[in-house]
Amino acid sequence: MINSSLKQLGQQLASKQISSVELTQAYLQRMAQLNPTINAYVTLDEEKTLAQAKAADARIAAGDAGPLTGIPLAQKDIFCAKGWRTTCSSKMLENFISPYDAHVISQFDAAGAVNLGKTNMDEFAMGSSNETSYFGGVKNPWDFDRVPGGSSGGSAAAVAARLCAAATGTDTGGSIRQPASLCGFTGLKPTYGLVSRYGMIAFASSLDQAGPMAKSAEDCALMMNVMAGFDERDSTSVNREKEDYTRGLSAMTGEQPLKGLRIGLPKEYFAEGLSADVAKVIETAVAEYQKLGADIVDISLPNNNLSIPVYYVLAPAEASSNLSRYDGVRYGHRAAEYDDLMEMYMKSRAEGFGAEVKRRILIGTYVLSAGYYDAYYLKAQQIRRLIAQDFVEAFKHCDVIMGPAAPSTAFKAGEKTNDPVAMYLEDLYTIAVNLAGLPGMSIPAGFATSTEGKALPVGLQIIGNYFDEARMLDVGHAYQQVTDWHTRMPEGI
Amino acid sequence: MALNLDDIKRIAHLARIEVSDHEAQETLHKLSGILGLIEQMQAVDTTGITPMSHSQDVTQRLREDVVTKTNQRELFQSIAPATQDGLYLVPKVIE
Repeated sequence: MINSSLKQLGQQLASKQISSVELTQAYLQRMAQLNPTINAYVTLDEEKTLAQAKAADARIAAGDAGPLTGIPLAQKDIFCAKGWRTTCSSKMLENFISPYDAHVISQFDAAGAVNLGKTNMDEFAMGSSNETSYFGGVKNPWDFDRVPGGSSGGSAAAVAARLCAAATGTDTGGSIRQPASLCGFTGLKPTYGLVSRYGMIAFASSLDQAGPMAKSAEDCALMMNVMAGFDERDSTSVNREKEDYTRGLSAMTGEQPLKGLRIGLPKEYFAEGLSADVAKVIETAVAEYQKLGADIVDISLPNNNLSIPVYYVLAPAEASSNLSRYDGVRYGHRAAEYDDLMEMYMKSRAEGFGAEVKRRILIGTYVLSAGYYDAYYLKAQQIRRLIAQDFVEAFKHCDVIMGPAAPSTAFKAGEKTNDPVAMYLEDLYTIAVNLAGLPGMSIPAGFATSTEGKALPVGLQIIGNYFDEARMLDVGHAYQQVTDWHTRMPEGI
Repeated sequence: MALNLDDIKRIAHLARIEVSDHEAQETLHKLSGILGLIEQMQAVDTTGITPMSHSQDVTQRLREDVVTKTNQRELFQSIAPATQDGLYLVPKVIE
């Protein structure tokens, strides 16, 4: 049951083979057994969870069920959920009980899904390994000595260890796709503006985007049907007609379902810095796509190497502004002792934020400070346009772009914690997609063997044109019809 | 652009984050590495390129100037560190 797809679970619930309460309890039992080790969840509330499951069973009995009614999902702790502790894995919000629901949460509630709990993450989504959480790191279910990737590491581990049927994540520079690659599941970062950011705790507003993390492309499509859509409360939400992201999946069968699809391979994604093991897996996956009828086109994204410096100006600049709201006045941590208002601010923020968050606030403050704005912030926004234009040019020659999602398989905990620059390079293949606002996904494409002989997952990244999520999911699904990487589970758990 | 300890303390003050001397030293080291990474941007000629602040060509949507929310002061203040009579309490600002 725990390895079933969302569609299978939906069918079992609809046919009353299982109840939502039974299914939810199965996950809760598994969480009780494994979460103390993996640390995927930071907040559980069994009473609320089971109440939702009971309500879902009532909806099913009344014939009022949708595809996700009664299905237990994990929610990244960046989404405010009314009455739930919502911490963003920070001491700053350790005791924050949200007075309202994020758009994503209310959409899943309306669909009748069950919230299993809030998942661990890098503090304020700042990190690529899930080691900056105030509540401690998350273990990669494939190898407990390794990181699950970040920042959606708790959701990633929960999906990989089957501690939920699927999960939500957010992706500012790769935080859905990189952990999807490192933990072996399917994760989609939609086009910027397609999923409302209302109630999602802000990190870098022009880059943050919520998306699904699930076992397969088909599961992601079902999640997207609930998550995507216009929301007037987010001024950057795009007003588009609702789509059915599952509409093309059934056509992805037969000999060559992708005949005529042009896949662009950017030479910059296969250059220095990419591990040989990962490169081999990606090349094999691309060959599989050729068998499915796709044509390969060589393309170039010449400014890709600039995406990391640009990101580490723009994201901290936006973060320094967004995180100025944590001042100890209206909510969040307040220092116990202070003499005046300035000291209250400075101590509250010094105590409430962890080292990586402080570092990024300081970078952001610096690049926006008098005399440096043009040299850093404005310059970064200009290069951001060059990076986005590279994609516009590339999509004249191809329909989707493929490459690795991360330069290597999961690395060991502690390996990169003292070298922020090395950590930042983890997102070399994902950040440009956020800067351009494009959709990107990672699907399991095989395994590479670690030095200890453990098989570690490798993710294939698929980048699409603006609002081309349905086609990307078709492309992912076609591959998952002829391979079984996405069904593999870590052994022994 | 090389930073020194005084720069770190000035930036920390602007950011309203207290840093100890030890933290400032450690921060200096790590920030210098990150700024070294950022400096790669300066080699690019960006003359005449319009800055990109948003990924879509859209204009800010405006709504009608009407009240849409109900007053939830009590709910919001129930999570505040210190309140009294419907107001947020902070240290004395005006003597």
